[in-house]
Amino acid sequence: MNEIFFDKEKETMKRRDIEALQLERLKWTVNRCYDKVPYYKEIMDKAGVKPSHIQKLSDISLLPLLSKADMRENYPFKLFASPTEEIVEIHASSGTTGKPVVGAYTRNDLDAWSECMARIIAASGVTREDIAQISFGYGLFTGAFGLHYGLQKVGCMVVPISSGNSAKQLMLMEDFGVTVLIATPSYGVYLSELAKDKGISDHLKLRVGLFGSEVCTPEMRDQIEENIGIIVTDNYGLTEIGGPGVSGECLERDGLHINEDYYLCEIIDPDTCEPLPEGETGEVVVTPLWKEAFPIFRYRTKDLATITYEPCRCGRTSARMTKVMGRTDDMMIIKGVNVFPSQIESVLFTKPHIGPHYQLILRKKNFMDTLEVQVELIDSSLLERYRELDALQNDIRGSLKSVLGLDCKVTLVPPRTIQRFEGKAKRIIDKRNEEQA
Amino acid sequence: MTINQISVLVENRAGAVAEIISVLAEKKINIYAVNMADTPNFGILRFIVSQPDDAKALLEREGFLVSSCKVLAVGLKDLPGGLTKVTKVLTKNGISLEYMYAFISNSENNACVILNTADIEFTEQLLTDAGIPVYGYEIFEKK
Repeated sequence: MNEIFFDKEKETMKRRDIEALQLERLKWTVNRCYDKVPYYKEIMDKAGVKPSHIQKLSDISLLPLLSKADMRENYPFKLFASPTEEIVEIHASSGTTGKPVVGAYTRNDLDAWSECMARIIAASGVTREDIAQISFGYGLFTGAFGLHYGLQKVGCMVVPISSGNSAKQLMLMEDFGVTVLIATPSYGVYLSELAKDKGISDHLKLRVGLFGSEVCTPEMRDQIEENIGIIVTDNYGLTEIGGPGVSGECLERDGLHINEDYYLCEIIDPDTCEPLPEGETGEVVVTPLWKEAFPIFRYRTKDLATITYEPCRCGRTSARMTKVMGRTDDMMIIKGVNVFPSQIESVLFTKPHIGPHYQLILRKKNFMDTLEVQVELIDSSLLERYRELDALQNDIRGSLKSVLGLDCKVTLVPPRTIQRFEGKAKRIIDKRNEEQA
Repeated sequence: MTINQISVLVENRAGAVAEIISVLAEKKINIYAVNMADTPNFGILRFIVSQPDDAKALLEREGFLVSSCKVLAVGLKDLPGGLTKVTKVLTKNGISLEYMYAFISNSENNACVILNTADIEFTEQLLTDAGIPVYGYEIFEKK
């Protein structure tokens, strides 16, 4: 495979050089936070740490951890380190759980962000000859603009269609000869199903999909690849730390390469907050090393992953994080068992006769938690064979039990009755507090 | 002689059956026989209709999960023990019934059932050999 680099020199730096650069930029970031943002000065003073205490990379653990609560407390602009006249763009999280988190960018910030995105895009094998359709919703959401800037930096022709109107999405894809699709994995699955149903999969020139903003399990990826014959890569980031751009997969798809000269990532134990050794799974904590307008350190992402520093077969020397295995707040605790939707998804994607969409319903029955997994039956031949329907239900239930250690109810529902999502999928319905036994 | 039956997966909610039936009514497709089996999660509606291929295509276009298969329309005496004549033949040959439902017909035998087994052709052969009438679509036609 002919590996494509956007900035080969930076992407193949020696470990020692990466770390030296990280330390220099970490000092710059911590200084900026302390000098320009009163809130940061206050919490650092309270923790008894001064910027001068950062002498080596591991000194980062002296800094306090930040979370969404800190963002909320300083809504909307109190964490900005640049005056309004230097800020050229604002983004914000959806704010589904309260006030949104607002991020700001200076001209330099946008350049750095574009650079990070361009590297991730090039690592997926995308070049200036590609035509890229962005089916992320444009607006305050960072995803669409991040990819937009990165694709333009690579030199692609960008089709900024935004999300929704799926028939038009497919029409433009076919008429323009679109080769790269940007979407959430769940919308990607939906579009790929629709293309298959309409019989136009073979007319599409799509070859690469960059899917992000929610967890994309390998099984979901395989499903999309099978439906429309493309290579799908995953990338990672979140609004609080600048949007997508933290890391992305190369064509080896053996972990997401972290743009280490722009982000310093740690893995901590989410309960004790202690740093974990390489290879252990824990919460990802990110310190962006490039931000002028909205600097931040040690942000707790609530995403669970593992980091390895082994060089990749692609030639990049950067650390790699695994795909996000779940979120600490997506985690359902059912009868005392920790369950992640991604575990359930992995089981469902290996089963025949059922579709890729699912819904998880939590209830309380006689003071006990129950989990119902609804999934669409798509193979009509089973309608003639009750026993096979029964066997399929039992098979899914058995596999879930062995993976989750939990007995759940499996319900097969007619096709297209489970809600589709154009943005992030909301697959969990928790009725435990509404229905009393 | 076999008959084409169509089966449709029905959602477990009020109005689901009505939606399916109105699709057929709109296109003037006549339902000769109907049966609904339910499981805790959903139902399966089975029909014998005047235009099975059209009905299947129509329902699929509306997004329903539909399958079609061959079943037997078998004539019985409308007397106690009428059905045992059929089940005896099946039992003797080790054939188990998948499902069965009755319908009204114009046959001189007075009663009729639709039945399905794992081996429909073999079943038809056995019933015919035993002198039990197996009908085609003519059984549904009004005299």
